[in-house]
Amino acid sequence: MSAPLLEVRGLTKHFPVRGGVLMRRVGSVHAVDDVSFSVNRGETLGLVGESGCGKSTVGKTLLRLLEPSAGSIFFEGTDITHLAGTQLRALRREIQIVFQDPFESLNARHSVGRILEEPFIVHRLGTAAERRRWVAELLDRVGLSSDAAQRYPHEFSGGQRQRIGIARAIALRPKLIVCDEAVSALDVSIQSQVLNLLLTLQAEMNLALIFIAHDLAVVKHMSDDVAVMYLGQIVERASARQIYQRPRHPYTRALLSAIPIADPVNRDARRRSRIVLQGDVPSPLVPPGGCRFHPRCAHARPDCATRTPVLEAVVDDFGADVRAPSNGAVACHYWREIAAGYNSLS
Amino acid sequence: MNDVALRVETLATEFVGDETTVRVVDGVSFDLVAGTTLGVVGESGCGKSVTALSIMGLLPRPAGRVVQGRILLNGVDLLQLPIDAMRKIRGRRISMIFQEPMTALNPVQRIGMQLMEVMRLHEDVGDAAALRRRAVELLTEVGIPAPELRLDEYPHQLSGGMRQRVLIAIALACRPDVLIADEPTTALDVTIQAQVLELIERLRQQRGMSVIFITHDLGVIAEIADQVAVMYAGRIVEMAPVEELFQRPLHPYTRGLLASMPQLQQQPKSRLPTIPGMVPSLSALPAGCRFSNRCAHATALCATEPALEQSSSDHRVACHHWKTLP
Repeated sequence: MSAPLLEVRGLTKHFPVRGGVLMRRVGSVHAVDDVSFSVNRGETLGLVGESGCGKSTVGKTLLRLLEPSAGSIFFEGTDITHLAGTQLRALRREIQIVFQDPFESLNARHSVGRILEEPFIVHRLGTAAERRRWVAELLDRVGLSSDAAQRYPHEFSGGQRQRIGIARAIALRPKLIVCDEAVSALDVSIQSQVLNLLLTLQAEMNLALIFIAHDLAVVKHMSDDVAVMYLGQIVERASARQIYQRPRHPYTRALLSAIPIADPVNRDARRRSRIVLQGDVPSPLVPPGGCRFHPRCAHARPDCATRTPVLEAVVDDFGADVRAPSNGAVACHYWREIAAGYNSLS
Repeated sequence: MNDVALRVETLATEFVGDETTVRVVDGVSFDLVAGTTLGVVGESGCGKSVTALSIMGLLPRPAGRVVQGRILLNGVDLLQLPIDAMRKIRGRRISMIFQEPMTALNPVQRIGMQLMEVMRLHEDVGDAAALRRRAVELLTEVGIPAPELRLDEYPHQLSGGMRQRVLIAIALACRPDVLIADEPTTALDVTIQAQVLELIERLRQQRGMSVIFITHDLGVIAEIADQVAVMYAGRIVEMAPVEELFQRPLHPYTRGLLASMPQLQQQPKSRLPTIPGMVPSLSALPAGCRFSNRCAHATALCATEPALEQSSSDHRVACHHWKTLP
């Protein structure tokens, strides 16, 4: 098997919290804590979890928009954790990001043509005429007409602006794009158009995607592998099929059972079997000891509050059917017993 | 015949801008059957929220105004009521909760004050101690832990889910007959959304309330609605009981919406069916059927406006071609 395109080991990001008159450091937000995963060429890793779980921070750290506090990031086998200057700029040709709100991430005073030309100018590529041709090709590729180049971001709808954001991201033919809630703000009918566009581009360009979203159905649709995050940590990692059909971690189960399903006929049965989590996600400022999920876990036992579970490698039940087995893992002391309990029920 | 808690008849609402006037809601009619949940679903700009604000008499003034129709609550047309009479109805008879609980709550007032203010305004609950007891009861009813402590906290000290519960408590303080919930779970995480949906459903059952639940999410509709109205560009294009709508959608727009949702059981990475184009601007609507410029089945006939007609005893659809669609 070939080496993964991206490999993340023990990635950690703590934000200092300052207080008092002298603004001394009084604590830290454990936004991302010891996160490891890898992404293969041309494949998609879905990153899911609730607000504050650290999924967006992971995305920004990969692009080095945020400096990691610890851990290392390897891209095509090279450690990129501490790149700077020209090397960092070169890296940004390879890894791009698309944000949730395309309007905020596009310079409102520049024409779309200018916005799309900018990556080429920054990287000193092509002559003015070549760049104009490339911009026209980009617009065509994302399904916008070539006269869009003369117009400004505010003249476009949300879906079209997201196409512009995607065009800018693919301009330098990157190998990896981080999609940070890229379709979350779009209406359903527009969302499916943009998802299709991403799938087409992925196939044509052999793009790897890290697809960060809170909509679990969308993530399932887009992903080969999925990592579930809770309070800054990955609690489960597996092929999308494994995660959605045979989840192992109690949090993954709860998350999946909370998804509204477009099937009103069976809703009463669903309601009865639904695992409704109690309470809210605790503060990442003082994450609970032991397993961070234990205060909300229906299966928690006394030692879950004191013993921290480590990510244990597990074999994918389905992986081999469709593709090379993914590096599945789960962080729960009792996942085997819990899974056995659910299996005996069904 | 079922009792009707609220009847909306041919409602039209306009917004006056600097240059143009746009009709955001255009001839919307529905009955909210007492004790049930009506789900109103549609994409941004379809007029679902403005319908709710029109019912509540909360349109932004002076730009927005109802220009046509009747809103009947127990036979009384709310649109004809003087302002102070309507103020008494709001909160006591009809209440509303909004998407973003932070903006709907006063950030510099304690939770308890905001809750008790509504109760004092509408009900004779007795002395301060009795009022506080009632407030604690309400917070308990909506599932807020340690309610005595929460009463003295400010909105920013609560999580999004807790704030939405507080808003629900405020909305329910005076035991309204009708609750209008406008995207109440859209800003919440999926596990918190499940909690809030369960709460609204439980309260509806326990109190015999009627609910209008507005959302863009068909999954949420499937979880909570009894009846569903699908809106597009200011009009209702289809209305049916929830199971009927999901099993036999008739309008091409409803079908398109349902098909374009990624579903858990779908083949991953397959191309999703889409609705071509985008929602037209309300100031440049196509003549006749407003969906015609995005519809694969449109013909010359669609340049005339389709009426919302009965396709069966409990199903209505506004499409010229519903009988012959594949």
